[in-house]
Amino acid sequence: MSDIRLRGSTAIAGVGLAGCGEAPGFSEIEILALAARAAVEDAGLSFSDIDGLCTANLSAAMWPLNVVEYLGIRPSFIEGTNIGGSAFVAHLQPAMLALTAGICNAVLVCYGSTQRTAAFGRKERTAARNLLDPAPFDAPYEPFNPPSGYALIAARHMHEFGTTRRHLAEVAVAARRWAQLNPDAFARSPLTIEDVLGARMVSDPFTVHDCCLVTDGAGAFVMMRSDAAKDRPQQPVYVLGHGTAAWHRTASGMNDLTVTPARDSGQRAYAMAGLQPADIDLLQLYDAFTINPILFLEDLGFCAKGEGGPFVEGGTIGPGGRLPVNTNGGGLSCVQPNMYGVFAMIEAVLQLRGICGARQVSGATTALVNGNGGNAASSQSTAILGTSAAL
Amino acid sequence: MILPPETLGPEAAYQAALDQGRFFIQQCADCRRAVFYPRTICPHCSGRILKWIEPSGRGTVYSVTTVRRKPEHGGDYNVSLIDLSEGVRMMSSVRGISPHEVQIGMSVRAEIVTNNGSGLVVFKPADQTS
Repeated sequence: MSDIRLRGSTAIAGVGLAGCGEAPGFSEIEILALAARAAVEDAGLSFSDIDGLCTANLSAAMWPLNVVEYLGIRPSFIEGTNIGGSAFVAHLQPAMLALTAGICNAVLVCYGSTQRTAAFGRKERTAARNLLDPAPFDAPYEPFNPPSGYALIAARHMHEFGTTRRHLAEVAVAARRWAQLNPDAFARSPLTIEDVLGARMVSDPFTVHDCCLVTDGAGAFVMMRSDAAKDRPQQPVYVLGHGTAAWHRTASGMNDLTVTPARDSGQRAYAMAGLQPADIDLLQLYDAFTINPILFLEDLGFCAKGEGGPFVEGGTIGPGGRLPVNTNGGGLSCVQPNMYGVFAMIEAVLQLRGICGARQVSGATTALVNGNGGNAASSQSTAILGTSAAL
Repeated sequence: MILPPETLGPEAAYQAALDQGRFFIQQCADCRRAVFYPRTICPHCSGRILKWIEPSGRGTVYSVTTVRRKPEHGGDYNVSLIDLSEGVRMMSSVRGISPHEVQIGMSVRAEIVTNNGSGLVVFKPADQTS
């Protein structure tokens, strides 16, 4: 179900980034606040205008409280749902409802992590989370999650459809080629298919280059009703369609390992936007692992189920290819501070503003963002964004 | 037949039986479908009565990964998803052969081992078991 009355009713008025790559010596709330400030300033607002907050964190169960105190805001709309890295795409739905219902006027969506450089970093936090929130029927077998969950998905996709490790490597190489056009990307050194195939194995069929980066970083954006966003300094980027879906938690709970909830979230977003895959100029597909964009290209209708591997062959999704995907370099080569959804949103907005320099997709008026969350493509949230030309 | 204790919730009862060397899954009294992992309500029809049944132990590897680990920490190991013949899927590990030899579609049979003092269901290739 999608309510087409929400189509174009809200817009993203400001975006901000901070601490992407490495932020040694800084805490996650510190860089989150810097990103939030940049987004609020970009929107031509001050924190006193922010009366809605969407945020989530992998460790703190009451994270919105940390954020309101640190930023010194007193929002009337607070949303802290965490369904994994897709959360900051999924936050659009409650934000749209709150804005159009008049509960608030300006919603700040924000995230930050220093998993790469913090003393209590990725490894320690993962161990602590496994204690607090175990998957009791999987844990004794010691899957190395998240890689193993997605590796099981990839292995099944390869078995059913003939997808190859070379197809997976194409996704990593396309991401790296985009990153080489982005001066702010973390990993920009040359990467070939042979480099990916020959790298250290992590959880078969994945090498370390099939797995996303482990970086620090913070991102934020500000949403407003479209009529108000028009008066802000930046060209508004409108939310044309949106949908979220979640079907399971673990790989063992996933009915068909080759089909993700993006099939549902995408249909909901297309229905609201009144658009089809052929109408989309560029995509940001949460690439936690190289199999993810392949799955999402299929589930979002850019190719048939099982054809995602051949689809990405020959640089289709890289710079100069016929379907630009992850134009910042994605989580594989640009930035990945544990949860990536907010960065996918920000790159789509920057592309639709037309300010991306060497990596700019010429004349883009529509973008699709697909956020992924959990250890087995567990939650998916799809947003279709557009310029005023696409309204 | 020693059934999982009824005084415990299904998760604890399942483990208590495993610790005694017995592997049970559930079957919904309403919709008759097998259920794993053990729950208090049926995920298919929300039925309240889930009976313990002893599965045949026969399964098929649905997907597979080899987790790479340094030899000094125990070496590479297998993590698989196994479809039991009763129609449920579980995460497990195929033992008794090199992790690199475990293939999707392989017929396997359940075996209970002791892991850190607790019973644990693992699988072996069907042609290795009696």
